[in-house]
Amino acid sequence: MKPFERVIEWVLFLCALLSIGTTAGIIIVLAVETINFLREVPLADFLFGVEWTPLFATPRFGVLPLVSGTILVSAIAMAVALPMGLLSAIYLSEYAPLTVRRVIKPILEILAGVPTVVYGYFALLFVTPILQSFIPGLAGFNALGPGIVMGIMILPLVSSLSEDAMRGVPRGLREGSYALGATKMQTSLRVVVPAAFSGITAAFILAVSRAIGETMIVAIAAGQQPRLTWNPKVPIETMTTYIVQVSMGDTPQGTLEYRTIFAVGMLLFLGTFGLNLVSAWLRERYREEYA
Amino acid sequence: MSESATVALADQAAARGIRRRRAVDIVFQALALLVLVVTLGALAALIADVWSDGFSRLSWDFVTSFPSRRASQAGIWHALTGSVFVILLTALIAVPIGVAAAIYLEEYGSRSVTARLIEINITNLAAVPSVIYGLLGLGLIVRMLGLGRSVLAGAATLALLVLPVVILSTREALRAVPKSIREGSYALGATKWQTIWHQVLPMAMPGILTGLILALSRAIGETAPLITIGAVTFVTFVPDSIWSPFTVLPIQIFNWVSRPQVEFQTNAAAGILVLLALLLTMNAAAIWLRDRYKRKGAA
Repeated sequence: MKPFERVIEWVLFLCALLSIGTTAGIIIVLAVETINFLREVPLADFLFGVEWTPLFATPRFGVLPLVSGTILVSAIAMAVALPMGLLSAIYLSEYAPLTVRRVIKPILEILAGVPTVVYGYFALLFVTPILQSFIPGLAGFNALGPGIVMGIMILPLVSSLSEDAMRGVPRGLREGSYALGATKMQTSLRVVVPAAFSGITAAFILAVSRAIGETMIVAIAAGQQPRLTWNPKVPIETMTTYIVQVSMGDTPQGTLEYRTIFAVGMLLFLGTFGLNLVSAWLRERYREEYA
Repeated sequence: MSESATVALADQAAARGIRRRRAVDIVFQALALLVLVVTLGALAALIADVWSDGFSRLSWDFVTSFPSRRASQAGIWHALTGSVFVILLTALIAVPIGVAAAIYLEEYGSRSVTARLIEINITNLAAVPSVIYGLLGLGLIVRMLGLGRSVLAGAATLALLVLPVVILSTREALRAVPKSIREGSYALGATKWQTIWHQVLPMAMPGILTGLILALSRAIGETAPLITIGAVTFVTFVPDSIWSPFTVLPIQIFNWVSRPQVEFQTNAAAGILVLLALLLTMNAAAIWLRDRYKRKGAA
């Protein structure tokens, strides 16, 4: 091989290697500050404490209120995105004529491409006021409005990944079911969905990971008050919102306050990274099943 | 009861069963269609809401004015120029690196263990929350590398964020180039790099560009990572170098929507309209490129 060709290959390889560097960078940056944080706050206080008031005169560093806020909003989002996303995937994969698919797929792509700050505006100034008109006691900032809007935002992801999984199911399975006299619905629910199960689960898990990491919708519409509650009608704070909230102020480097956002970020990273790995593993499996 | 009567009864029962199952099937299909209608309705409601809130505020003055403490005089010129500047710089960083990484993975190392590891890693990176990239930018780019809260730091952070998307879409474009093109080039005595540079890349270009525009339109709407690295919210000037502090349109929108006064929220809606117009233009360009590509492929 000519030397020039060898140099090119090395340069290209280094560019590809940068992605490993990015992962390493994330882990190192988060780990360094998290370790510094844990020198001052015991791990058990951080993980199991029920009060999060790092900005108060007598600070408390119990992360559970942020975790509960994150889980609450994500659960509401999933209650919207999973059933609706799966139904729309079944419709697009099993029922829809080609012309309908051609219209709907690009619109779903648009829905997925709307910036999250726009969804935040929509949740705060459109969805929450409507909900308030028939849910008494719903605060202006709450978990319900942003949760529902987040569900709508994630729906296209669930729909398109589930549809891909269902389209991967061999035609023969469907025809066998029709030959036994099953209707389309019976075929969809009892043959296609179970056959595409690992792919659909992978889509669901990725959706959960997206919801946990979503920032702007909750930062705008859920209030910024850490509160250990499962009540969707009151203001709460998620892990992502806390990171943004602290970043909006001017945080001097090296303070405990500065380190809290990395500790919370570490927790967020571990959670979503774990979910992503499981999802990728499941996707790999369904690819093999019908390869 | 005679045998024929039993058969007739059984037939009737079967017919009832079929009718019932067909009815359930139709209801189910209607339900699924309803879900899609509701979803599309939500998108329509979103656009209508922002339009009715913000359209009256849109004017040339709004686009070319600087921020102000008085809502009626505030504009987005600083944020719009900031967004465009940051995105151009992001493209300048992410495009060569992303395309190079994709070429390596697709053309060179597709079977090696390292390449496989890099692939898995990229898929995972694509799903890391954007706010985490903000923490990476803050800890690594702003503090350790000492780039400060500058346009360059913002662009570098966004470049890391969109790299996985650029790499994945570029790989797909490269994969679509037929093998015979490469073999033809080798047969004429071209080296591997000559083949990639003169044959494969030009053919894959429309596909690569489409992916790039989609990646950048994701970057232009990003808010959280830039807030995290400390992009300033109140900037009264147009960024004039890669070292100047900056803000971007989504951050300005966030700032306005977070204020209790209705006038500022109206500004936010008008800002959203400008942002959506910008995104629409970029996406239209991507679709135009994709269509051109398809026609060429068919010819």
